[in-house]
Amino acid sequence: MNRSASSTTDVVDKQSHPMSDLLRMDRMPHIWCSGCGLGTTLTCFIMAVRESGIDEKKIAVVSGIGCSGRVAGYINLDSFHTTHGRAIPFATGLALANPELRVVVYSGDGDLVAIGGNHFIHAARRNMDILVICVNNFNYGMTGGQAGPTTPVSARATTAPYGNYEYPFNIPYLSIASGATYVARWTALHMRRLKNSIAEALPKKGFRVIEIICPCPTAFARRNRLGTGLDLMKYYHDNSIIKHGADPREADIGMTGKIIVGKFLDIERPTFRDFLVENVWPKIGRK
Amino acid sequence: MKLWRKPLDADTVKVPRGRIYIIKDQCKGCGFCVQYCPRNVLELSQEFNKKGYHPPVAAREEDCVSCGLCELICPEFAIYAELVEEEKQKDSQETQKAEV
Repeated sequence: MNRSASSTTDVVDKQSHPMSDLLRMDRMPHIWCSGCGLGTTLTCFIMAVRESGIDEKKIAVVSGIGCSGRVAGYINLDSFHTTHGRAIPFATGLALANPELRVVVYSGDGDLVAIGGNHFIHAARRNMDILVICVNNFNYGMTGGQAGPTTPVSARATTAPYGNYEYPFNIPYLSIASGATYVARWTALHMRRLKNSIAEALPKKGFRVIEIICPCPTAFARRNRLGTGLDLMKYYHDNSIIKHGADPREADIGMTGKIIVGKFLDIERPTFRDFLVENVWPKIGRK
Repeated sequence: MKLWRKPLDADTVKVPRGRIYIIKDQCKGCGFCVQYCPRNVLELSQEFNKKGYHPPVAAREEDCVSCGLCELICPEFAIYAELVEEEKQKDSQETQKAEV
């Protein structure tokens, strides 16, 4: 690795990156566009995994379909890339069969709250032992920018050339109403807070949701003339308000206006498996 | 006229120094690190990498304090900073002097 001996700061070997042990560097550079924030969120996740001190062999990452679904292929942990919307059912099976495993679902808004919407609310209702990281870029980025369940009112998309006039989902409100135990929202620019939030949520029990607002320069920003990924990051810098314990009903995201970020909820509730072990297993003679 | 005083522990507290490493061919020139470096160390260079983007260059590397923000914000896993140990700093200064 001959790092310090070289006289320039340019490195040719990508294996020298400090995160290369938790990334599949043979897959790099990844397919995400220039200015996309997904790589930043993955960096924060990897740093949070290191910080939490959890054995890396005891973490499983499950992804759905979409740009954020590629995370399962890039991270060098036990990971699985499921069919569209079915990341949570797969993760449910993992978490129930092996309670020692910390199961993380890393997917996008279209995958989790549109196609997998029912799985999302019912896993939250049952309080499954899963950490859901929902990367919200306001549209279906990989397929060309179709309007999705989180597209703000009046935003343009491929399938909404005159503007989208469906009300979007407010993911923190949806999660809290469905029964999640830990709900937070950050943007891709709040790297250190996001990292701390993931490190805090990772060892907890129950259905935990972290929503990450992520710039999509190629599909969403281009159709809405919002500029580059850097312009979106500057927009988040100027327009996000950190408000812990905020009322999730007020955390709607529009095309203009403020983005409320922070930790909305952090409670403890017995999980589905706790009930199973406590109430069902004695009756069927299982220990 | 200077109105502020020198801190009492100014001799013992040393500003850390960092060294920046850039994996050029992995960069996609988004400019996040250039914009958000708190010490304004980086600049986009004029040269092209393998993919046709302009990778950053450490224009003022002596200002780097190895805070790690560039590593955290880079979506491409293409930049990182390392703390330069003080002894090495001294050594390098001495070698520079010797070379002069």
